[in-house]
Amino acid sequence: MTFKSIAKQFKDGIIDNNPVLIQLLGMCPTLATTTSVSNAIGMGLAATAVLICSNVLISLLRKFIPKQVRIAAFIVIISGFVTAVELLIKAFFFELYGSLGLFIPLIVVNCIILARAEAFASKNPVLPSAIDGLSMGLGFTFALVLIATVREILGNGTFLGFSLFGENYSPAIIFILPAGAFLTLGFIVAAVQALKNRADDKNNARAAAEEILAHEAEKTKEQDK
Amino acid sequence: MNDKNTTVSPAIPDMLTVAHAPHVRHKDSTTRIMLDVVIALIPTLAWGTCVFGLRAFLVCLVCCVSCVGFEALAQWLMHRPITVLDLSALVTGLLLGLNLPSTAPWWMAVVGSAFAIVVVKQIFGGLGHNVFNPALAARVFLCLAWPAQMTFYTAPYDRLAFSAVDAVASATPLASLKHAAFPEASLVDMLLGRCGGTIGEVSALLLLVGGIYLLIRKVITWHIPVSFIGTVAVLTFIFPQTGGRLDFMLYEILAGGLMIGAFFMATDYVTSPVTSRGRLLFGFGCGALVVFIRYFGGYPEGVSFAILIMNSLVWYIERVTRPRVFGEVKKKHGK
Repeated sequence: MTFKSIAKQFKDGIIDNNPVLIQLLGMCPTLATTTSVSNAIGMGLAATAVLICSNVLISLLRKFIPKQVRIAAFIVIISGFVTAVELLIKAFFFELYGSLGLFIPLIVVNCIILARAEAFASKNPVLPSAIDGLSMGLGFTFALVLIATVREILGNGTFLGFSLFGENYSPAIIFILPAGAFLTLGFIVAAVQALKNRADDKNNARAAAEEILAHEAEKTKEQDK
Repeated sequence: MNDKNTTVSPAIPDMLTVAHAPHVRHKDSTTRIMLDVVIALIPTLAWGTCVFGLRAFLVCLVCCVSCVGFEALAQWLMHRPITVLDLSALVTGLLLGLNLPSTAPWWMAVVGSAFAIVVVKQIFGGLGHNVFNPALAARVFLCLAWPAQMTFYTAPYDRLAFSAVDAVASATPLASLKHAAFPEASLVDMLLGRCGGTIGEVSALLLLVGGIYLLIRKVITWHIPVSFIGTVAVLTFIFPQTGGRLDFMLYEILAGGLMIGAFFMATDYVTSPVTSRGRLLFGFGCGALVVFIRYFGGYPEGVSFAILIMNSLVWYIERVTRPRVFGEVKKKHGK
């Protein structure tokens, strides 16, 4: 494991292959828990903790779990960690526990965690699996915070609970409501796609230009001969 | 004569034109149709201004100007031909303005216009491609975003100056009906528009006049308004919430946005079915949903929600009611 491959894994999880913004996984917690930035951070970090632990354990047991029952085995492992995380949040962050409520136990069925278990942890050694869990979890947290920032500022006029615009600002409540979650997610995914397309175009153009240059260099070489 | 279909062959003299069908063309254009809708709405706007003061007119004006502005801006940004002169953005703005209370702050009108034109219309592909009626979607957006400001109705003849906002709130007839009580306004008041409500929904009579003008001009057909209002009438007559059946039915028909919805919003070309049977079905669905929401929903008024829900079903209605091609034999079911 080189430093370069670790960096690539992080870039993959947070930007190139972001679980929410690119893979469109885990839509239910994304839409439901992004009403405020603090909820989003709490949800994101809880999912990240579960993701790292489940990836490590599944990677350790990958040669031991029979192929036929692997999904059931993954779910048992994941739900064990989710229960632990839920009890920890209940013990140390009771306010967060109150506002996230049902969505903490629902991390069990978060498809990001199952997808990483199936696609990565069950095929790779422990250390890369742990790093994959961390990078994907941070990507999930990043996307949640991005959506929650827009929703909290527009829908409540606050950021992390601090009032931004003073008392005369009347917030657009729709952004705190479910309809606003869909609107915000749609616009952010559209913006990400636009940026991605632009980057792809640039890369393609560069590749094409390099090809032409290489071709011409070859030509001149031949002519020299 | 400079039509693309025209082919001039050397064998045919210049005075004869050879062209594909259609040979008979009507003068109607998008601009003319939209102008007719604006003309049909002018009496309503005038009455709204008369009852709620010049501020009502100002709200409509802000909506119209910002809708046209956002249309031009969005089309310029998206590298599309700028078609603000077809007046469709003006109609959206006018309908949105008429759907706001006279106390609506100017920034709310601007935000609503931006949502209607940019999000609901241009992002879906512009005129002819939008799934939902832009003015109605914007109204619902504003209702959900700023519920307090959107339901702050003044009493009739409580005319507001341009900048005044210290108005006295008054209950709309629908709010009273929601609590199974007849409103203070009499049926005649509600027919003429002497009651609280949004700028353009109060006068059922003038909306009816505008609707009949559109019918005569053949801008709309009778199917949607008749089946829409008819369904509401029948359902409220069969299941009255309070008092006499006939009185209750008439109140429900005259109250709220039913008239403006049935004649001006549900009949939007882009977001309603093209077949006659489909239009009847569409109107029936709208009417049933309106009564359902008014009786059991959280909001007193359900016209906007009902029309938007039916908008999303138009593709299905059109598929179900597709007319048989002339000469085609009806398929036998079963076998």
